[in-house]
Amino acid sequence: MTTEGLQSPAEVKERLRSFDYLADDRIAQVVFLADRLGKPILVEGPAGVGKTELAKALAAVAGRNLIRLQCYEGLDESKALYEWNYKKQLLRIQADEGTAWSDLEEDIFAEEFLLARPLLEAIRSPDPVVLLIDEIDRVEVETEALMLEVLSDFQVSIPELGTVVAQTQPLVVLTSNNTRELSEALKRRCLFLHIGYPSVEREKEILLARVEGLSDQLADQIARLVRSVRNFQLKKPPSVSESIDWARTLLALGVAEVEQGTVEETLHVLLKYQNDIDKVSRDLSSVPLDTVAT
Amino acid sequence: MLGLLTGFIEELRGSGIPVSMVEAIDAAEALRFTDLGDRQAFKATLGSTLVKNARHYEAFETAFEVYFALLRPAPGDAADDAPPPAPATQDSQQGIGGGGGEADLESLIESLKRALSEGDRGLLRAVARRSVGRLAGMERGRPVGGTYYLYRTLRRLDIDRILEALVESADASLELTALEARLLREEYEDRIEEFREEVRAEIRRRLVADRGREAVAKTLRRPLLEDTDLMHASREDLAMLGQVIHPLTRKLAARLAQRRRQGRRGRLDFRRTVRRSLSTGGVPMEPQFRTPRPTKPEVFLLCDISGSMATFARFTLQFVHAMSGQFSKLRSFVFVDGLDEVTSFFEAGAAFESALERVGSEAEVVWLDGHSDYGHALAQFWKRYGGDLTPRSTVIVTGDARNNYRDARGDVMASITEASRAVYWLNPEPQAYWDTGDSVISVFAGHCDGVFEVRSLRQLEAFVEGLALPRRRPGGVRAEWKPAEFT
Repeated sequence: MTTEGLQSPAEVKERLRSFDYLADDRIAQVVFLADRLGKPILVEGPAGVGKTELAKALAAVAGRNLIRLQCYEGLDESKALYEWNYKKQLLRIQADEGTAWSDLEEDIFAEEFLLARPLLEAIRSPDPVVLLIDEIDRVEVETEALMLEVLSDFQVSIPELGTVVAQTQPLVVLTSNNTRELSEALKRRCLFLHIGYPSVEREKEILLARVEGLSDQLADQIARLVRSVRNFQLKKPPSVSESIDWARTLLALGVAEVEQGTVEETLHVLLKYQNDIDKVSRDLSSVPLDTVAT
Repeated sequence: MLGLLTGFIEELRGSGIPVSMVEAIDAAEALRFTDLGDRQAFKATLGSTLVKNARHYEAFETAFEVYFALLRPAPGDAADDAPPPAPATQDSQQGIGGGGGEADLESLIESLKRALSEGDRGLLRAVARRSVGRLAGMERGRPVGGTYYLYRTLRRLDIDRILEALVESADASLELTALEARLLREEYEDRIEEFREEVRAEIRRRLVADRGREAVAKTLRRPLLEDTDLMHASREDLAMLGQVIHPLTRKLAARLAQRRRQGRRGRLDFRRTVRRSLSTGGVPMEPQFRTPRPTKPEVFLLCDISGSMATFARFTLQFVHAMSGQFSKLRSFVFVDGLDEVTSFFEAGAAFESALERVGSEAEVVWLDGHSDYGHALAQFWKRYGGDLTPRSTVIVTGDARNNYRDARGDVMASITEASRAVYWLNPEPQAYWDTGDSVISVFAGHCDGVFEVRSLRQLEAFVEGLALPRRRPGGVRAEWKPAEFT
């Protein structure tokens, strides 16, 4: 399976960039492979580094619909795969009483009584789609097993109906925040991609691409400051989405250059815990040059 | 190519990364779509198909660097012995091409400073190659590890002084504010780290050329994070461990909250029974029962923080810190020869470092002389907190049970066990050393529901994984809690 316009990793990178997603070489290579091999990508990394964004950008690049399955504790097959439309089935039975049961039975377990949930929908779609399974680490291990058939063979078995095989292969992206270890079986079927915090240069580019009207100098300063803040031992280090928010805040405030005072006043945009804010504003300002921890 | 790939996969497996057959096939398949001339793409391909755990990535990188080391310097890079082919500027040519001896060292340092302050990657790499050639003193066939050469090279360059000098000169010329200086310093530190990486790569390249890749890979093999010995882990390792233990605490929480066996029924649910009876004309045919609620686990964690346990204690406290986010009823205690409760230090939102500090300064753990005395510490626990133990409590003790030949007080342990649901002992010593010298682990083992050797994250995972709470104590009899019994 190949998607048009994704002929080389370099092209993947460029196309993603045109949709404001700045991939590094590694991301581009893995995405390219996933497209070529028809394998799902498992994207792992801290919150807010652009895992979900990658799937959205991919859909835009490939010109496909994005079907999203948001995972949560307690997600089951009737929410992820399919469900029979009981009401409609009931109506159908009542509509022609007197029909032989065997005819009726065949009738009410037909596709028209099937409510497709995201996974089945992605498989049945006549046009290829991008399937995003978001935060898979939130579901229980049992539910995870449900998805294995879809991920490796791109098919869904429905006892009453038989097996629904994908007409077109979806490009699958799974994301995980790594709050628990995923099963080996799932990992084996995927290409693994860890996205961490970007380098200063890449973060600056991301800021410039995402925040309109940001000056080059300010972007540079923000990127360097954020890197510095990440060096602290924090409960929740700022991620890319937070540095974008921070850049927007500074821009709205009309700040041309970041100074001590502005940092302290707007730190709550970057950090989400009071402890972290206290720590950073204390240490960032008062530490004299020669005692900065190395 | 295939031979090289299988050799590489063998090496990965050798260093502990599980690579399945399917993944090996995937890697080979994926290589068909990879530009083999592009090293980064090649690495990304192997990384995404063979390594499925971010924790293993470092080991993968090391193996990759060795197996696919550039045996010849890439075109455009300055070779170490030949005169440098036209570096970027006139100055740098002088810098690198200079004569031997001290003058050479001086010019190397100068080039390095320039490379660092300008962020010139090409020059940085050239300096790294040159430095290794001149300063590491590598000899063919000498069985010395790479770290030794790295240390030698960096010491000769005196890299810390270079950093200071750079920051000072920038500060003097630009009059930076504290914030700007800080940012600048961090930028230099990043580049120095880059330089270190270049030096390391160069040393590796020479070692591989000298001894062959299998031999070098073996010497560079480091235990995976989950196999790191917790008794002797470095601070960096501990920091990394701190980041990965969160999933484990969640699992532990789930294990300890395990539902009672299915099919057990609770009390009669009167309301639901009456409602049900409406369909049978008000005759309660089917009595309905409440389903028993899953019990909320109470955990009592007792950590030995004596000197011999220092590194391990740091890890256990990290674990306590991570756990306090998962359990609503977690109480933590630290002890040496006295025992003190530290639950409040680890309350939600508390930063680990500050909690650690408070444990060090506020907890009263020294009773007599500050040498481990399990007997006295446990007796204190029983006396002060024994009354809080219930049949829902799980007690976890971490320690090497080295009691300095004092009275171990197995009787106290027995009472604690009787009063609680389960007692587990995690011992960071190798099992072979148990009960040697002043270790009295078997005195306690007789009263615990399990004693486990936990020297690595992997073993801790195995403990959590295999954790099955024992059935209730026979007859459900609780030990009578009498504070006066032990003093």
